[in-house]
Amino acid sequence: MLNYSLKRFVYMLITIWVIVTLTFFLMHMIPGDPFTSEKKVPEQIRQNMLAKYHLDKPLIVQYGYYLNNLIHGDLGISLKYLNRTVDDIIKQSAPASFQLGIQSIILGVIFGLLFGIIAALKRGGGWDYFSMFLAIIGISVPNFIIATLLQLLLASKLRWLPVSGWGSFKYTILPSIALSFSTLSIISRMMRTSMLDVIGQDYIKTAKAKGLSQLQIIWKHMVRNAIMPVVTVLGPLIAGIVTGTFVIEQIFSIPGLGKFFVQSIYDEDYSMILGTTIFYSVILVVMMFLVDIAYGLIDPRVRLAKGGK
Amino acid sequence: MGDREVLLDVQNLEYSFDTYAGEVKAVRDVSFQVMKGESLAIVGESGCGKSVTMQAVMRLNPEPPGRFKAGKIIFDGREISKFSERQMQSIRGSEIGMIFQDPMTSLNPTMTIGKQIAEVILKHQKVSKAEAMKRAKEMLDVVGIPNADRRINQYPHEFSGGMRQRAMIAIALACRPKLLIADEPTTALDVTIQAQILDLMKDLQREFNTSIIMITHDLGVVADIAERIIVMYAGKIIETGTSDEIFKHPQHPYTWGLLKSVPRLDAQNKEKLVPIVGTPPDLFAPPVGCPFAARCNYAMKICYEAQPEYTNETDSHKVACWLKHPYAPKVKNPFEKEAYTSEG
Repeated sequence: MLNYSLKRFVYMLITIWVIVTLTFFLMHMIPGDPFTSEKKVPEQIRQNMLAKYHLDKPLIVQYGYYLNNLIHGDLGISLKYLNRTVDDIIKQSAPASFQLGIQSIILGVIFGLLFGIIAALKRGGGWDYFSMFLAIIGISVPNFIIATLLQLLLASKLRWLPVSGWGSFKYTILPSIALSFSTLSIISRMMRTSMLDVIGQDYIKTAKAKGLSQLQIIWKHMVRNAIMPVVTVLGPLIAGIVTGTFVIEQIFSIPGLGKFFVQSIYDEDYSMILGTTIFYSVILVVMMFLVDIAYGLIDPRVRLAKGGK
Repeated sequence: MGDREVLLDVQNLEYSFDTYAGEVKAVRDVSFQVMKGESLAIVGESGCGKSVTMQAVMRLNPEPPGRFKAGKIIFDGREISKFSERQMQSIRGSEIGMIFQDPMTSLNPTMTIGKQIAEVILKHQKVSKAEAMKRAKEMLDVVGIPNADRRINQYPHEFSGGMRQRAMIAIALACRPKLLIADEPTTALDVTIQAQILDLMKDLQREFNTSIIMITHDLGVVADIAERIIVMYAGKIIETGTSDEIFKHPQHPYTWGLLKSVPRLDAQNKEKLVPIVGTPPDLFAPPVGCPFAARCNYAMKICYEAQPEYTNETDSHKVACWLKHPYAPKVKNPFEKEAYTSEG
């Protein structure tokens, strides 16, 4: 197991390196530079600015500088936010996004699983149609519409919760719910499908022939066998949500990381683009690793196949 | 058979499935009894209703689409066909055990063998988890799985097919049920393993005095294990008798067909295997007459028009065939001739 984890860790580093390299060169292929959009400055000043950030050197040298800094844990200075390092910006904005993401994932997973399981058990019944209708709404209606509807109903009309802002827990409720809809939809649909598959398996008949109650059969024999596909999608899903979402954070005025993903590209803020990309890919790769570990815990057949090699 | 007590008494069972295309009459007016300690085989080709009958007894079919239409099922003096689902749960696994056709898919892949055996013990008996695991290990010993200590913590994928079927038997017998229903238990196994599993079932039957109902289409298995045989066709029992009666003096043309389509070691000369031509009738609209008439070489006009009644050959041997009617033409029974020559 230790050997396997070590191997996985090396692969993770290689993956991140590939992502960094590709992003670095692709980003520099965008026409212009970080100062293109600024007001016209004398050529000499412009040259000085480029020199300060090593942008006047050949691309491969810049790449060398960047990698060297990266190894020392330095993501560089933002080219847009004066005197702020990318590390600082991420450290300041990530927690809000992270909290929101985790809360919405928990909501989405719990209700997604619940709806999916009930829909499969009551296949063709009212519950099935209700939860699948909800899932289609959740997938097809953009979350900013759900967000504004929630604001209108729960905050503006009923005045139960604040419309927007950031501070205490109550500020996080509406955005978490709004964010959770897509997770809930994806998970409930996947869980329904794989539950339907498991319900037809012979070992469910065996479990029934043992005299187990319906609840025992569902909990001990169905859910664990049906949950694998859900775990698979959960990795990328979590990585996507905990690193912040542009739209929801804008709507609720949350000081999260989401806007930097989008804004840095408009600004051609090279170090910010790379910083957010690295942050996202590290989380994604770690999540994938956790998913693989979870596989082994859930399904013993996966465990054996890996141990054997 | 009169000296033993009746354990399971199925009376006039009718069981159907409601599908979009209509009602499938899977079991039609089936009655039979199983004595304590007896082994009974239900024989027939695929779709003849043999599995559905036993699943109706255990009430394992999802309802709907399954529907218990009529009849009585009396088990050990209690009319279990009137039981609630909760009452049935207390019978399943503890008083009636069941094993299924495919051991590769009948065990939960994500649960250790030990837990799967212990689960049924914990459900029906007031014992601690540790005690249940201890008994699970004993059951593995009983069904002949070596290294039970290690095996108990393994998962189904670490077991071979024969081992898994042994584990299934351990689950089914863990609570010492009075009746074991085996639904084609050897069909998915290769021949050498089949023999081992059958021997094991016979040994355990003697040891625990369990009644066995063996559902199968394999007459070789039947000859090995069954004292009494029921031959089913298109949801009906067409012939029933002791093992000797069915193998040596079969009366129904369908039973003849079944017997002629399997190779026999004791055949006098090189007999050809004869398949039964055609397919079973559509159970959406079962024929009015004898269900086998359309495939029967001896079919008469009456066979298409009315169901034959049961005729008693002996106390234990019953057959539903118009050839048994006093006015019917005499047909030479291909097996009687053989039986006489071998005896005389």
